[in-house]
Amino acid sequence: MTTDHLLPALPVIPLFGALLAVIVPLNALWVVLLLVTFGILGSLISLFAVLVSKGPIRSSLGGWGVPLGIDLYVDGTGMMLLAMTAGLMIAITFYSHAYFGHGRRARRFWPLFLLVWASLNNLFVTGDIFNMYVTLELLGLLSVGLIALAGTPAAYAAALRYLLAALCGSLFYLLGVAMVYSNSGNLDWMVLRFHLVSGPSAYIALGLITAGLMLKSAVFPLHFWLPPAHANAPAPVSALLSALMIKASFYIALRMWLWVFPGSIPTETAGPLFGVLGAVAIIYGSLQALRQHRLKLMIAYSTVAQLGYLFVFFALSMRPEGMEQALQAVVFFAVSHAFAKAALFMASGAVIRSYGHDWIDGLQGSAERLPAVMFAFGIAGVSIMGLPPSGGFVGKYLLMNTAVEQGQWFWAVVPALGGLLAAAYIFRVINIAMKAGRAAPLARPVGSGLIWPAWGLAIIAVLLGLLALRPLEIIAIGSPVFEAGLLPPGGAP
Amino acid sequence: MTASLWYALIGAGLVTLGLHSLTLTPHVLRKVIALNIMGNGVFLMLISLARRLPDATNPAPDPVPQAMVLTGVVVAISSTALALALLRRYYEASGRTHLPEDDALWGIEEEPPGRFAVMPDGEDDDDH
Repeated sequence: MTTDHLLPALPVIPLFGALLAVIVPLNALWVVLLLVTFGILGSLISLFAVLVSKGPIRSSLGGWGVPLGIDLYVDGTGMMLLAMTAGLMIAITFYSHAYFGHGRRARRFWPLFLLVWASLNNLFVTGDIFNMYVTLELLGLLSVGLIALAGTPAAYAAALRYLLAALCGSLFYLLGVAMVYSNSGNLDWMVLRFHLVSGPSAYIALGLITAGLMLKSAVFPLHFWLPPAHANAPAPVSALLSALMIKASFYIALRMWLWVFPGSIPTETAGPLFGVLGAVAIIYGSLQALRQHRLKLMIAYSTVAQLGYLFVFFALSMRPEGMEQALQAVVFFAVSHAFAKAALFMASGAVIRSYGHDWIDGLQGSAERLPAVMFAFGIAGVSIMGLPPSGGFVGKYLLMNTAVEQGQWFWAVVPALGGLLAAAYIFRVINIAMKAGRAAPLARPVGSGLIWPAWGLAIIAVLLGLLALRPLEIIAIGSPVFEAGLLPPGGAP
Repeated sequence: MTASLWYALIGAGLVTLGLHSLTLTPHVLRKVIALNIMGNGVFLMLISLARRLPDATNPAPDPVPQAMVLTGVVVAISSTALALALLRRYYEASGRTHLPEDDALWGIEEEPPGRFAVMPDGEDDDDH
């Protein structure tokens, strides 16, 4: 099997799995899930070997070539995100099995779940910015279906609100893609920087694309849809949305700002704008998280804050001198946030399952009743706060380091403050959980299936910090930021 | 003014109208229609680009934007269907056609559901 088969396999395997999941009876579904998981892991490992030995991998679907067909492409950044997706999806598979069991909702959940995996894989391997639009729409529609699975009026309202926001955002993105195409006659993000002509249409395109993606990734003033959507969804879906879906539109923004537009637009001038938005998001999101009375809403607001970090990274990565480190830091931070946040939502799902509610004040003594769940919550919290040796710490450390090296020390102040605020909201929950005396009784015992996936992810989030060097090297493989002048094989622009 | 510029301007107008309605009307059905109008504006702009691009040696219109519009139309139809189905569910479950924050924003008190409204029967379909 060559890489020409391996790359399309990543989206195709879960796609077929999703189709099978519609017809296969629930008690035989594990066969499909097992096949999909091993298929994807096998392809990822072989791709990884090729990536490390030969550098970025490119393949033309059906041999059509760039102007008509769609090229698939994987570099270190894409590989890292594909691996993150696989790791989280496997953990969420186990968790969802324990959460949904064989109920009627399970029937509806699994096809959507596998389609999400297919869409995310497709997004991270596609080389075509219009194809990115299609995966964005797919992910948006799938999220809506998944949120509505909760079946409560609040969840329907959240799903509708998200759908309207997501569609509006994608239309802006599509309009931007149209402008890019009219400017350059090309849609391939690896070579676009050589084709884009500087001028008003490039500015308008970048503006439209950025506005659409900011709405979709819930950057501060446009975050209104996120907390209700992430808090009202069933717990496995919340983990999926907060850990992975948010990264999809962020990934596109990253490709646009660091790969596509730097040649035609002086992107570094826009850096401070992102920095300010990100900084406000960190402060606002953390303060809102502190004010919440519901555990899941608190975690959702924490996502708003953590997205702020990603955009502060943006401010730093625009400058040529700090680009390398900032790119490594931002992808690494996104990955460790994904693991930690999924673990937090999984723990909150176990809390809801056992208590029947997620009011933070009602969790007194839960550390005694649910020690394993609260332990997972605390460990994941370590990474969210950014304490050493967690992945969150390494990400923030790289960020502060880059900021100081560039002489922009003020971007180092906000993450430090954000870390303090994160500690405040995580410890508020731990504090109430640790309170001795009148521990509220559990409504239901919680099965181990809801606990150990959360443990696994929380521990990975912490270990990422200890084993950070290798992932950071991988992220850097084949990035045009490092080798400005990457050309497609056999075709000069 | 060329024909393609004219189409592009109309497209931009439709996008603006749609965006206006999407943000300022509280009824979700109108928001869905507004999104469709926005989408049509975007498609019109894409089509106008298809006419403009080809060079003098090759007068045929560019196929790529047309393929993009076809894909976009499919996406728009499916998302509209999903939005309508979801709106029905929302209405059945809550008796409302506005999102809560829109009512708060405009100070509207939505009329109670009419006599044809299907109210939820409280059945939990989780354990079937």
